[in-house]
Amino acid sequence: MNENESNRMTPEEEARFKKARKGRNLAIGAALLFLAVLFYAITIVRMGD
Amino acid sequence: MTSTTTLFTPTAATPMSSHWRDFLALAKPGVVRLVVFTGLCGMLAAPGSINPVLGFAAILSIALAAGGAAAFNQWYEADLDSRMKRTARRPIPAGRVAPKDARDFAALLCGASVLVMGLAIGWLAASILVVSIFYYVVVYTMWLKPRTPQNIVIGGGAGAFPPLIGWVAVTGDITLTPILLFAIIFFWTPPHFWALAMFVKSDYAKAGIPMMPVVRGERATRWQILAYALFMVPLAAAPWYLGTAGIVYGVASLVLTGMFALLAVPVGLRTSGAQDTMKPEKRLFAYSIIYLFALFGVLVIDRVLQDAGVIG
Repeated sequence: MNENESNRMTPEEEARFKKARKGRNLAIGAALLFLAVLFYAITIVRMGD
Repeated sequence: MTSTTTLFTPTAATPMSSHWRDFLALAKPGVVRLVVFTGLCGMLAAPGSINPVLGFAAILSIALAAGGAAAFNQWYEADLDSRMKRTARRPIPAGRVAPKDARDFAALLCGASVLVMGLAIGWLAASILVVSIFYYVVVYTMWLKPRTPQNIVIGGGAGAFPPLIGWVAVTGDITLTPILLFAIIFFWTPPHFWALAMFVKSDYAKAGIPMMPVVRGERATRWQILAYALFMVPLAAAPWYLGTAGIVYGVASLVLTGMFALLAVPVGLRTSGAQDTMKPEKRLFAYSIIYLFALFGVLVIDRVLQDAGVIG
């Protein structure tokens, strides 16, 4: 078995890895969307000052 | 190769399957909650008003800065954390988050916090935020904590910034009251932390952190806990007798801080024996958290009552 093969994941590990990555991506997406809305709201309020 | 392996191989860019909850844990949400609360109280107790959107942005900035500083702390102390029972299960020592991911996450939170504060509130508040992050990460975590038993005394300043920032977000300047709020948290921190250090002493000794009970011994630490707790009585009431808070805050602060000092008396005077359960120390530590929440909560109630004309 070469080094590359020994690093390979079992299907269970792969499923866990993908699930965690999906969760992280969704969290980053939600944070970016939230920041876009926040900056929009801050701009509107500051323009009204 | 066994039949259960696949061709999916993690790359250097995706070394481990960190869950988003692990990143949340890096930000120490328990500590952030207290920081946000004191920052919010500083904002609500300040004379004047703030647009709710900008107020929300300011509080979010304080939370992001506190979370980022906590994540930097965990990144820098991962090695120490792995040697202490209390901290060994944190995301980095437990191997759930790679150190460089934690460092990048911390930098992102701190950067975002300063940017949001600067754009929403102003660059004075953003500058204080930068100082508070620098104070916690560099002055406390990297410089003082591993070197001196006074680490908590001076490092306590980092946790004292939020009400000051909250106040500045509303008024735009620094006056006596926010400095007093800063001082209250500053002098509250040593008895709060040393009460904890008394019952996790062996952990700190194992990790080589020069906490007061480890370096100066139990007797000296107990006296200092009592001295700080007694000093808190006149200090916490200062906003009242200096005329910047009302009678409701004055009476409540005397009662709440009196209780804090009373709980510190047995801690200050006793000597622990072998197999000691450290009940008075645990009780003081638990009360110290409730105390700070209650004191700052009363400060806001007092301001609301003053604004409504109920009290003078």
